[in-house]
Amino acid sequence: MHKPRMQLLASFDIASLQYLDERGQTTQALPDFATPDTLEALYRQMTLARMVDDRAVKMQRTGQLGTYPSSLGQEAIGVGVAAAMAKEDVYCPNYRETGALLERGVRIEEIYTIWGGDERGQNFCHVREDLPLSVPIATQMLHGAGVAFALKYKHEQLSQPMRAAVTSGGDGATSKGDFYEAINLAGDWKLPLVVVINNNQWAISLSRSGQTACRTLAQKAIAAGIPSLQVDGNDVIAVYQAVTEALQQAHAGGGPSLIEAVSYRLCDHTTADDASRYQPAEELKEAWAREPLRRLRAYLETLGAWGEAREEAMQRELKEILEESVRVYRQAPRDTATAIFDHLYETLPEAFVEQYQQLQGDS
Amino acid sequence: MAQITLVEAVTQALAFEMQRDPKVVVFGEDVGLNGGVFRATDGLQARFGRERVLDTPLAENMIGGMAIGMAAQGLRPVAEFQFMGFIYPALDQILSHAGRYRNRTRGRLSCPIVYRAPYGGGIHAPEHHSESTEALFAHIPGLRLVVPSSPARAYGLLLAAIRDPDPVMFLEPKRIYRAVRQEVVDSGEALPLDRAFVLREGRDITLVAWGASLKEALQVAEQLSREGIEVEVIDLATLKPLDIHTIIDSLEKTHRCVLIHEAARFCGVGAEVASQINEYAFDLLLAPVQRVTGFDTVMPYFQLEDAYLPGVPRIMTAVREVLEYANGGVA
Ligand SMILES: Cc1ncc(C[n+]2csc(CCOP(=O)(O)OP(=O)(O)O)c2C)c(N)n1
Ligand SMILES: [Mg+2]
Repeated sequence: MHKPRMQLLASFDIASLQYLDERGQTTQALPDFATPDTLEALYRQMTLARMVDDRAVKMQRTGQLGTYPSSLGQEAIGVGVAAAMAKEDVYCPNYRETGALLERGVRIEEIYTIWGGDERGQNFCHVREDLPLSVPIATQMLHGAGVAFALKYKHEQLSQPMRAAVTSGGDGATSKGDFYEAINLAGDWKLPLVVVINNNQWAISLSRSGQTACRTLAQKAIAAGIPSLQVDGNDVIAVYQAVTEALQQAHAGGGPSLIEAVSYRLCDHTTADDASRYQPAEELKEAWAREPLRRLRAYLETLGAWGEAREEAMQRELKEILEESVRVYRQAPRDTATAIFDHLYETLPEAFVEQYQQLQGDS
Repeated sequence: MAQITLVEAVTQALAFEMQRDPKVVVFGEDVGLNGGVFRATDGLQARFGRERVLDTPLAENMIGGMAIGMAAQGLRPVAEFQFMGFIYPALDQILSHAGRYRNRTRGRLSCPIVYRAPYGGGIHAPEHHSESTEALFAHIPGLRLVVPSSPARAYGLLLAAIRDPDPVMFLEPKRIYRAVRQEVVDSGEALPLDRAFVLREGRDITLVAWGASLKEALQVAEQLSREGIEVEVIDLATLKPLDIHTIIDSLEKTHRCVLIHEAARFCGVGAEVASQINEYAFDLLLAPVQRVTGFDTVMPYFQLEDAYLPGVPRIMTAVREVLEYANGGVA
């Protein structure tokens, strides 16, 4: 059969970024921000995130916390993303976000309060505009697009400074319409939005390959007409740098971008899960060799900026902070039952007052 | 002063509020350049600009979800779904987030959103264009559910909905979008969002309806009035929160009640009204409350839609039954 002649209309590339390899050796010259001080601060936050997660899992095991999604192995993503954000930017998070929340200024006890089954944890006392943790997969990405619209609108129509929204989700989230709808809208309307995918290779028991035939998740941005990049999600320098550039573009009115941060979930999906049912032990072992903390510490050590003594001092300090937060969390009295009505509407309509009083009488 | 239709009253309310409050943003499919497929947003883009009246890509879940982020940032989004039958992709966003944001964050963030949609049958539209599934939304905590039935109420209730600090489903009965013209003063005055309206006073029986069904309810009242039977007609208007007081006050007089809605009978909003009458006003009743509703079937293609919709004959039969009901079984 005659083969028709066709013309190439467009072609696309997907780039990937890494600065620190798994042994903590630089693969290229580091960006300017990567001073020893900054890297130490990032290392500290990543260590704290790991401790917060570890403590949460232990509390869940002893009945002091509900189901908990640890971010073990993915600390560089959360910390790197949030560290690159300006305080005034707005974060629209997924649920597996310990490092990012801490870096944004959410209190440890607030994180525990949420997973301890109490909405008051979502009332972030220091971070008033960030969205709450979102459980229905990918839905928050559309909120992120809406926030980005509002920030652009307030800049252009109401003369406020330009800010940007950052939203995050997992590899599983990229299979949902919400994800595509969000990046498609953001591209079409040039919204100041950065979408970060934590590709931790698993969506509960479904591996990354079961999610899509796409070779990278970053390439999904092509269908939305927006730039994208894959970064080594275990390299906090790469994450920070990619998000910084994406935010610069967003702040300058250049529109959205997508960042796929490749990492690995070194823990169960949540405390209610048993990953040994589906996660190959060999793969897990290999993934541990690539985890983000060790490589950053190794790099700091090669600079001579870090050593056993400083590590121990930091661990001690962080442990104190953590234990104080645990104490605050544990001591908080349970909310009153009628709180379930207090924020249902701004003012409780008369039609619900009878139910309110009934609950008040019962409790 | 100009006499305007219900759909023009919607436009007038949107324009008034956009003029008054720069945080009001209108968006949806075809709402900008085209002014909406029913022209509810006609002229708004020309007047307020493409920055405030936006044609979105075709994705309802997106429309539902982006409104939440906008609202969390203090804007006043008014989102149009082109038809009620196409809201369902956004049900997740409305149910999982819009109605819960205030509670989830213990008041830190909220969703002052209006989700508008034309709804109901009777205009000979294709499948999915004639739905009356308001009960789905009535069941969602944290939402308000409003259905106007006249130009003046559309204007006043929509203003109230946009100004309300919580999410409102605002369902516009498209069968009566252009049924009547009425003078509507463009005063910016809102109506309360928790009050039913007595459209016609009467002492013999109470008809409760909302949206387009009020047309038939009022026709029945008119016909019976010629026989000396005085029917009280109530427009429920704010389906959630529901104003049971106005209905009970009416039953104090009439002691008899018929509920009318286009939506399917099972778990329809009429069931809730009947149940509340039972709970709060059982002693007032001289006859069981009856419902005249759509059937528990799929909304048919339009050849059969009149058979589905609660028309005057079915309402009349129910009203007569309730009027003639005598508690004969028990001595
Ligand atoms: C819409 C929706 N479907 C199913 C679930 C149950 N669920 C919770 S997490 C999860 C997997 C998500 O995987 P991914 O997006 O990769 O994020 P990860 O948990 O790996 O961080 C599933 C199926 C949910 N929360 N929301
Ligand atoms: Mg995952």
